[in-house]
Amino acid sequence: MSGDLKIILADLKEKDALEIVKNRLDTGGDPLSILDDARRGMEIIGKRFADGEYFIPDLVYSGEILKQITGMVKPKLAKAAPVKRFGKVVLGTVAGDIHDIGLNIVDFVLDVNGFEVLNLGVDVPAQKFIDKIKETEASIVGLSGFLTLAFDSMKKTVDAIKTAGLRGKVKIMIGGGQIDEEIRNYTGADAYGKDAMAGVSLAKKWVGGV
Amino acid sequence: MGKTPKELYQEREKRVNDAIQLKVPDRVPFWFQDISFFPAKYTGTTSQALMYDDSVFIAAYKKTLTDFEPDMYFNPGHALHTPGDALDIIDSKQVKVPGREISPDHTFQFIEGEYMKADEYDAFLNDPTGYTISTYIPRTFGAMAPLATLPPISGLLLGYFGLPMASAFTTPEVTAAFESFYKAGLAISRHNSAVGSLNQELKAAGIPLACGQITLAPFDVLSDTLRGMRGLMLDMYRQPEKVLAAIEKLLPMLIGLGVSGAKMSGTLRVFIPLHRGAHGFMSLKQFETFYWPSLKKLMLTLIDEGITPCPFFEGDYTSRLEYLADLPKGKVLGLFDATDIFKAKEILGGTMCISGMMPLSLLQVGTPQKIKDYAKKLIDVVGKGGGFIMGPRSAMDECDPNLVKVWVEFTKEYGVYRS
Repeated sequence: MSGDLKIILADLKEKDALEIVKNRLDTGGDPLSILDDARRGMEIIGKRFADGEYFIPDLVYSGEILKQITGMVKPKLAKAAPVKRFGKVVLGTVAGDIHDIGLNIVDFVLDVNGFEVLNLGVDVPAQKFIDKIKETEASIVGLSGFLTLAFDSMKKTVDAIKTAGLRGKVKIMIGGGQIDEEIRNYTGADAYGKDAMAGVSLAKKWVGGV
Repeated sequence: MGKTPKELYQEREKRVNDAIQLKVPDRVPFWFQDISFFPAKYTGTTSQALMYDDSVFIAAYKKTLTDFEPDMYFNPGHALHTPGDALDIIDSKQVKVPGREISPDHTFQFIEGEYMKADEYDAFLNDPTGYTISTYIPRTFGAMAPLATLPPISGLLLGYFGLPMASAFTTPEVTAAFESFYKAGLAISRHNSAVGSLNQELKAAGIPLACGQITLAPFDVLSDTLRGMRGLMLDMYRQPEKVLAAIEKLLPMLIGLGVSGAKMSGTLRVFIPLHRGAHGFMSLKQFETFYWPSLKKLMLTLIDEGITPCPFFEGDYTSRLEYLADLPKGKVLGLFDATDIFKAKEILGGTMCISGMMPLSLLQVGTPQKIKDYAKKLIDVVGKGGGFIMGPRSAMDECDPNLVKVWVEFTKEYGVYRS
């Protein structure tokens, strides 16, 4: 099996993609260039998602294929080359809410669009966001929430970031379920994203238009 | 002289039915859809108390509904599904309960997982009941784990030759499991009878029940409680024919659930909360293949049985409105969440009664003026010519009672149809 790995991955041809990776590794191919092709493939997938051609199932499936490719390549890798990143985003579903579908989609699209994502998972207390901002010096925070209880949780998180003296250092975006401009205003966040791609646009704008 | 509760009941039932049949009622009907844990907030108690104490539960619902007097109400037995003590006894792995794993003031939350594994489709397809008993339940209910040791129940199809298996039911573990099942059943019976008397009281107060039963789209059952979203999404690529076979297997069960439940309750409307067919969750091609055909068949069969399906189109269905327009006229009550309201009215106005779309953000942290403005827009646009029932976008858990009051009063006043 030969062919352009990035296109075959972007087209979600799981068996073909894995076979190409195996062949390339078996014939002494450069592991780094395999990972680079995979990354380009994921970029195409991110673009197709942005264009409304791909949806959540495509992201989930591509993530699964990528995981297998990385698993095959890693043992052959001396050390991974650092990837250039535009900025860091601390991401999490706020306290009290355990929903993660939207959270993980935003994680995915920020990642394929060149951001380093620090995903804290679900039901994240305000202090955990603060600790992570301090530790990583991230300049962007994304708060996710599906249930309406998240409105107050988001407000508390934004307030806590303010109290910790970090509000001037980070831009905060919120999104999910019933979130709208009304809630942005209520929570004191800088912006709300209607969908995952809106989150990418905001992040790009905030790091200076990339 | 005021109207009697009986007259009010008939008036409300007619108002709702006129809207569903796309006629112009005397005014826009309104309801709270799944009012969820709003009664706890309204009456100053906790979600935990609502789940664990039937008397608190009944009092909270009764006060909320009789104070606001909606034109119909969502069956409180459905809203909370299961009393907390039954979930404790059975040790359910699929739900976080207020006061147990999460704040006593918040709603319960569902824990999704791969409760059915990727390679278990055949086991499920060949013997759904056997699979349920010896594989599924032991995973989802901690107290029922010992059932995994039982031999296949279908062995009893051999008649008295199969009887020796009865000894497998006598181990202390299996006996304890069935004892837990029995105790959970008792808790649910107690709760059901409390809900039953609440329903009687509300009927006597002149407020009709919205839906007599709940059923689900086959794809959603596979996604929500069997394979989990991630698992099922991978299956759509890796084993699509198994997914379709499972959907086909589930469809008659879910039709039966809706039809028999509605007929038993006497309220011929069935609530169908939809989860994973919305925009973003799959492509239109996947929607056409995996989601819509079985959902459509479910709704058409309910309609044939004289039942009004009430699908809740959670999320954004703007890109799917043309499919919905295919349903028979005046037979469906569609509840909408984030769908474009203008497009919904334009494309579906001649097909189904539209409900929902009132933003929860406004009802929670908005201002009275913003609420009136939005409600006015809904009544003017979606309510034009009838076929509209005012309702919230989704579950009202955290709404501000004072703002809800503004919304309800405005709807009752401004929503009157004047010819």
